[in-house]
Amino acid sequence: MIELKSISKSFNGRVILNNVSTTFEKGHINLVIGGSGSGKTVMMKCMVGLVDVDGGELWYDGKIFSGLDKKERKPFRQEIGMVFQGGALFDSLTVEQNIMFPLNMFTKMSLEEKLDRVNFCLNRVNLVNVNKLSPSELSGGMKKRVAIARAIAPNPSYLFCDEPNSGLDPRTSIVIDNLIKEITEEFNITTIVNTHDMNSVLEIGDKILYLHRGEKWWEGTVDDILRTDNKELNEFIFASKLAKNVKNI
Amino acid sequence: MNWLFHLGRYWIFIKEMMTKPEKFSIYWRQLVRELDNFGYGSLGIVALTSVFMGAVITIQTVYNLVNPLVPLSAVGIVARDSIILEFSPTMMSLVLAGKIGSSIASEIGTMRVTEQIDALEIMGINASAYLVLPKVVAAILIFPFVVSISMFLGVFGGWFAGTMAGVISSAEFIRGIQDSFVPFNITFAMIKTLTFAYIITTVSAYHGYHTEGGALEVGQSSTNAVVYSSILILVFDYILTQLILT
Ligand SMILES: Nc1ncnc2c1ncn2[C@@H]1O[C@H](COP(=O)(O)OP(=O)(O)OP(=O)(O)O)[C@@H](O)[C@H]1O
Ligand SMILES: [Mg+2]
Repeated sequence: MIELKSISKSFNGRVILNNVSTTFEKGHINLVIGGSGSGKTVMMKCMVGLVDVDGGELWYDGKIFSGLDKKERKPFRQEIGMVFQGGALFDSLTVEQNIMFPLNMFTKMSLEEKLDRVNFCLNRVNLVNVNKLSPSELSGGMKKRVAIARAIAPNPSYLFCDEPNSGLDPRTSIVIDNLIKEITEEFNITTIVNTHDMNSVLEIGDKILYLHRGEKWWEGTVDDILRTDNKELNEFIFASKLAKNVKNI
Repeated sequence: MNWLFHLGRYWIFIKEMMTKPEKFSIYWRQLVRELDNFGYGSLGIVALTSVFMGAVITIQTVYNLVNPLVPLSAVGIVARDSIILEFSPTMMSLVLAGKIGSSIASEIGTMRVTEQIDALEIMGINASAYLVLPKVVAAILIFPFVVSISMFLGVFGGWFAGTMAGVISSAEFIRGIQDSFVPFNITFAMIKTLTFAYIITTVSAYHGYHTEGGALEVGQSSTNAVVYSSILILVFDYILTQLILT
């Protein structure tokens, strides 16, 4: 469980996050939705400690996380997996080495065990025979999937995904969504996913938080979202004609 | 006050870098890679510039030596001392600042803008230590060898050009380079070399590490890395010469 208590963040005097409070439950998929530039990525980076918050507190399962220094955050590090919006694979390493990297850092596994784990993770993201390729030889969607494999390799307790299925074809996108849902429930992970994808919202969202200009504008469940009368949220979700038709059914 | 900001941020960067590695095996692999990269990778350009530099110094010294009372072997002495004291350590460092400095800054800068550094931090890895420390150590280990090779090839270039052009005989040149040799000059050259190795790697890494933006900014960081390391090399060349040789 991750708790945000009145989180605020400004860059150069521009308020990006304004007083956001919420709770993300364990074993659930927590979706953060919002338009481009609404502050989703910044909020995620605050949560994992890449960006320090200006005000407010962050709690991981009852332990405070905000305000700690690098050393004090060490124990949390092995528990956190993150999929960056751009993948952030290490260019100088092969796919296999990328996924093995956190295992080298955190575990005392033998090489064989590590290779098994790498192949297991690659399998779960539907990739085969890419072990020896370098990131530059992969397509955008493949990079995303390798990034997911790397994030889940060390069995994290907290999984952060910044738009894991943007740039993927609809079928792979569903595969990834289901994968995230599966591992979240199987390993009781606290999962937070930033997304634009309405399909994901309807398919896998347990809890949904809508960010609008850096503020928590709405939060609730999938059922709630279909019946909401929040104007901005409705405009955001039912932006397309197709979606509007779905709502009217 | 801009330079004060950079100075402060540079010190913080260095302090973060100088921490105990999380896992030695991983650093070791990086170190070996950089040793190969800096050493073997720069031999070609160092050899080429050193030979030509020695040749030019020798021919110019002969040209400037108009006093018939000074024996021609003095050319050997002058060429040797200027190569050892100044040209090999300083000029090679400037050449390497261009080659190695820009590649360090663009490598680390690219990692910064593509969030690879964030990915390292997420995994609890001290990115500045992991990325930079092996480079600094590699440069400090390998630069003395590179500069020694440059000294040797510089003197060789001088001998070759001098005798080829017929301005000095082989025997006179060789007598010159053996005459009144001061071993401390080598020590001094190595002190300079180590300082420059440290400057090139840390300053370039600093510029790469603090890149913000995209590909365009990576290019700017890379340029800044070369410009600032070169300026600092010249400044410290002066400071060290003043401190140690006077
Ligand atoms: N390091 C930074 N310095 C200054 N401003 C920043 C920084 N990072 C983000 N911002 C600003 O914060 C705002 C929110 O950005 P953020 O990346 O969180 O948006 P987002 O919701 O993730 O959008 P998208 O869906 O397009 O990824 C943007 O206006 C951006 O310009
Ligand atoms: Mg984003």
